[in-house]
Amino acid sequence: MMAPATIALSILAATLLVAFGLCVRGARGATSLEQWSVGGRGFGTVLVFMLMAGEIYTTFTFLGGSGWAYGRGAPSFYIIVYGSIAYIMSYWLLPAIWRRATAWKVLTQSEFFARAYDSPALGKLVALVSIAALMPYLVLQFKGLGIIVSETSYGAISATTAIWIGTVATVVYVTVGGVHGSAATAALKDVLVLAAVLALGLLLPSMLHGGIGPMFTQIEASRPGFLTLPTSGLSPSWFASTVLLTVCGFYMWPHTFGSVFTAADGKAFRRNAALMPLYQLVLLFVFFIGFAALLAVPGLTGADVDLALLRVTKLTFGPWVVGFIGAAGLLTALVPGSLILMTIATTLARIIRAPVAGAPAVSATFARSLVPLLALLALFFTFQGGDTLVTLLLMAYSMVTQLFPALIASFVPTWRVPAAAAIAGIVIGEVVVAVSTLGNITLAAALPSWPAAITDINIGFVALIANVTMMLVVTLFTSSQEIRAQ
Amino acid sequence: MSDRSIARAVRWLALIPAIALVGAPWFANRLEPRILGMPFLLAWIVAWIVITSAVMALIGAVDSRHPPP
Repeated sequence: MMAPATIALSILAATLLVAFGLCVRGARGATSLEQWSVGGRGFGTVLVFMLMAGEIYTTFTFLGGSGWAYGRGAPSFYIIVYGSIAYIMSYWLLPAIWRRATAWKVLTQSEFFARAYDSPALGKLVALVSIAALMPYLVLQFKGLGIIVSETSYGAISATTAIWIGTVATVVYVTVGGVHGSAATAALKDVLVLAAVLALGLLLPSMLHGGIGPMFTQIEASRPGFLTLPTSGLSPSWFASTVLLTVCGFYMWPHTFGSVFTAADGKAFRRNAALMPLYQLVLLFVFFIGFAALLAVPGLTGADVDLALLRVTKLTFGPWVVGFIGAAGLLTALVPGSLILMTIATTLARIIRAPVAGAPAVSATFARSLVPLLALLALFFTFQGGDTLVTLLLMAYSMVTQLFPALIASFVPTWRVPAAAAIAGIVIGEVVVAVSTLGNITLAAALPSWPAAITDINIGFVALIANVTMMLVVTLFTSSQEIRAQ
Repeated sequence: MSDRSIARAVRWLALIPAIALVGAPWFANRLEPRILGMPFLLAWIVAWIVITSAVMALIGAVDSRHPPP
């Protein structure tokens, strides 16, 4: 009879090996930077779908989605809503981005902006925002990895050791496989996550509570009002404003923006716009897992709600199942983690070596050599940061969202927004984000006598409004003197 | 109506699920009636996500017969 930790860990190790094999196999021929980072722009519908889906199902959705359902109830439903609306938008937005990116041969989001506004300065600013926002996101993947491995090893491997192993694995992935490796592993990840989430989401409610209906009845009995939105705090206006804000930010993540460039043709996005909302429904089962854990493993609070999924799995199933769930979780950290790391490396390599878009290609070797350094930096933050991680992630989301107005403005030729206006808007938006997040300022605290319907609005909106206002004011001010170069 | 203008009109259908989803807490912030055991709010959201997929498939089908310029 093997110890539970041995069984679970063997499954984890085997998964890592299989994933590594897939990565090496998928990576053959990835020599140029264009091959390494955007797959030579040759990916079809299936691979683009896999990549984009892969970016959505990160450790944050796997652990955080169930954790939010467990800790907050109905407000967690916003997670399933914003993606669907973003996919509607993607039908028109992504082909438009793709057409330009392909014509301009750009590899990163910052080059895209530099080219759209004919402004290397704007490109540098976008690159800075990208890197500043992606770092905490990468740290979050590493933290999640540590939680998953230490929990599924029944404590045999400490979180610190797990994070080191995971980081080395991620670095090897990125260096060897590039985006081909990520895409190849994404398929394995999706199958495992899908199986894990569907199985747990269907089995746990019936095993622990006698079905989905009885589970919700028991939750409502012990926590009245937990399954609807409250009238203040995480209220309807919080819900709608947060959904709209996250929709604006959804494709502004540099690695998501970058995976648009991998498509062989614009049609892939149109098909995905119909497929992705259904795929997104997997999150429903993630919620079921969180709700099932609520009554079965009560008492987790604060950052510990993220442990809900793993704890309830360990309580209900044996080490074999725990091992497979851990393996799925491991891949939800590795695949997005590798894409994020690659995006940071490519962005940095391009600003160091090729400040002007369209300049001679930077060698993939240089971008690859940055990967271990960046991973070490992320490790440093991982071991430094405490509870501020969620704060950092929320700030990162608000930060990338500030790029949205400039992107949309660049598609409206009649507006003639000059680069200076785009830069001023982004800068003021980022300042508002930084001040409100770091100073922990909310509208409810700033305007105590105002009704909850207004003060519950996500403060990220204020930053976005400041951003757009600034952009328009500077545009009006400069339009008489400056004509944007086309 | 020409085929091109039908294609343009069909695109506006995408607004319906978007509004139904963003406005979910005003339209459906209730526990009852429960559907498939789920609270009404969650069931409403799930139903409109499925409709989103259908609407986008429809728009895609119409557009592929009359590709936009």
